[in-house]
Amino acid sequence: MIRSHVLICGGTGCSASGSGAVKEALEAEIAAKGLADEVKVVQTGCFGLCALGPIMIVYPEGTFYHSVTAENVPEIVEEHLLKGRPVTRLVYHEVNDDDVKHATSLSETVFYKKQKRVALRNCGVINPENIDEYIGVDGYRALAKVLTEMTPEQVIDVILASGLRGRGGAGFPTGRKWQMARNLVPDADQKFVCCNADEGDPGAFMDRSILEGDPHAVLEAMTIAGYAIGSNQGYIYVRAEYPIAIKRLEIAIGQAHEYGLLGDNILGTGFSFDIKLRFGAGAFVCGEETALMTSIEGNRGEPRPRPPFPAVKGLFGKPTILNNVETYANICQIILNGPEWFASMGTETSKGTKVFALGGKIQNTGLVEVPMGTTLREVIYDIGGGIPNGKKFKAAQTGGPSGGCITTENLDTPIDYENLMRIGSMMGSGGLIVMDEDTCMVDIARFFLEFTVDESCGKCTPCRVGTKRMLEILDKIIAGNGTLEDIDRLEELANYIKSSSLCGLGQTAPNPILSTLRYFRDEYIAHVVDKKCPAGVCKSLLRYKIDPAKCKGCTLCARKCPVGAISGSVREAHTIDAAKCIKCGVCMSTCKFGAISRA
Amino acid sequence: MKKKLTTVMFRGTKAQEEKLLSVIEKYRDTEGFMMPILQEAQEIYGYLPIEVMRIIAKETDTSVEEVFGVASFYSQFSLNPKGQVAISVCLGTACYVKGSGQVLEKISEVLGVSPGSTSPDGRYSLEATRCIGACGLAPVMTVNNEVYGRLVPADVPGILEKYR
Repeated sequence: MIRSHVLICGGTGCSASGSGAVKEALEAEIAAKGLADEVKVVQTGCFGLCALGPIMIVYPEGTFYHSVTAENVPEIVEEHLLKGRPVTRLVYHEVNDDDVKHATSLSETVFYKKQKRVALRNCGVINPENIDEYIGVDGYRALAKVLTEMTPEQVIDVILASGLRGRGGAGFPTGRKWQMARNLVPDADQKFVCCNADEGDPGAFMDRSILEGDPHAVLEAMTIAGYAIGSNQGYIYVRAEYPIAIKRLEIAIGQAHEYGLLGDNILGTGFSFDIKLRFGAGAFVCGEETALMTSIEGNRGEPRPRPPFPAVKGLFGKPTILNNVETYANICQIILNGPEWFASMGTETSKGTKVFALGGKIQNTGLVEVPMGTTLREVIYDIGGGIPNGKKFKAAQTGGPSGGCITTENLDTPIDYENLMRIGSMMGSGGLIVMDEDTCMVDIARFFLEFTVDESCGKCTPCRVGTKRMLEILDKIIAGNGTLEDIDRLEELANYIKSSSLCGLGQTAPNPILSTLRYFRDEYIAHVVDKKCPAGVCKSLLRYKIDPAKCKGCTLCARKCPVGAISGSVREAHTIDAAKCIKCGVCMSTCKFGAISRA
Repeated sequence: MKKKLTTVMFRGTKAQEEKLLSVIEKYRDTEGFMMPILQEAQEIYGYLPIEVMRIIAKETDTSVEEVFGVASFYSQFSLNPKGQVAISVCLGTACYVKGSGQVLEKISEVLGVSPGSTSPDGRYSLEATRCIGACGLAPVMTVNNEVYGRLVPADVPGILEKYR
């Protein structure tokens, strides 16, 4: 009889923190103590709290251990699993309202309490490599319902009524997409269902977590989509950089075949559907739907003009739908719980929940899923735990290289597709990078622009040449050679590129520039007019100075300076030769008297 | 994306070529065969030298230009051999905001290898990579697929010491 289950996270974050070694140690120790028949170790997908990894939960108590190492294992097995006394020292504690630290189970943490997990509902709950566990939590029940009780039109009507919109960024109504693919070319001999798992936005990793933690949910939803539009073949285009996700998808596809839930004559209904994996090879533009299809066809992943839309002429020239992983992860829940349930969450125009990947200067980095309409303040301060080291919040970037920043004044704006557009950002895939006062917004704009210059496929001129010119202007500004005219030219160029590029990559590439210009124009002006970087990031604009009153003349800095820019005699105030200084900051970090400052 | 052909001499073996031919055979009739073939070819050789692209072109009845066009488009395909110690520093947004740029600089300084290149003896290669999805541990780097997280530049010498 199994009396206890130990769940250990096997997602990418916790694996990188060493959860594999912990799992091996656990299994060995449990066997050594003769508990193998009583205690079961289950490797799950991502819990979301990657910052505290490796994460381990012991059921039925629900004890939440964090930052577990292999060295902790013997003690946990001996004390908790054998004697029934949780190792308090290693259990997660949270400070409550009375400022008292208390042991907290995962579901009680502030991080979890405000969340509403729909797309992530099975992540960290089931073993993703075991189809029986998925079936145990209503898995494949939606597919059975669709195939036996509903017509394809009814399926599409349910998705339409739910108000679900694409979670990949643009927010196109999913039901509309399916309807078009079903109706526009009624006599097509072949149609395709594609899944975009080429998560390219740096800083977003919800799709990876879903594939790693709940791969069957995606397979089931794609099969439902196949039934709805009249297709028998699906493709998942997944990043080659996600080896764990690929492995679990392969296992899941194999198991679904074995159970007759994929392949010929599914559940004996006569409906057939199969799914093939295709690996992306690291090209951001392949997140664009036509580029992704061109890539599956085996070519350079360049986009093509629309129309014709993929619903008419997509993969291999056939009608095709493409949805993102997170979008699919909502489908089965909508079928099972009804469109009204889904539409009851969220705002007027944006229904359901959205997963965000919290990263950057924030306490609880990880994955959070909240109802649409939650404010950024709730996400950053309540769930995310605020900014570490007592620093001040400056901005949050959503939408990655295609998005923009959200500033203090918009912290209380409910997050949905329309509101984010209105304030000059976008939903994007859900990366949410928090920046504090030490982040230079001009530098961040340059960072994103360098990314798009690198990832521009080169097919259309505005994007290929225009982004490069913008980058050159930014480089000039950061080097301290910019003028006010440069800022105007940057803005002008940005608007041209936005309106004339072929695909989404080029059309949105100027967004980080336009958004930082809108909210942080003063920082640009400081770089250009005062030749200063207010955040102290842009090296060319930094000046290191020695305060003669504080300098004891210990000569330490002069000896450490790699370019010999510091001179002065023993016990006399030293000086820095600005012409020689390479602004490495070594002097400042070595000075014991705090005599060196940066401005 | 700039990609230069390698100057390293091609040292492919007969066994590798046989493996490559069987891979080509496996995918010959698959729609969109080029990407899977290139991906497996890179697994066999560690990179995609022009000699390998020529074989693929000949066997699949495409032109070398077409093969090169695909290989040079995607960042996963490497036209240069990687070092025995392959180091990648994540420059995704979350890592960048938390200072992975300085970590990259430090590694480059310690090894004397600039990002995107391999040391002359072929021992170390250093590259800046896109998000690997371990944003919770930012900033991160990988050395031969081993992940190191929550880095500061001062951690670099200690980590590299393990791979001397």
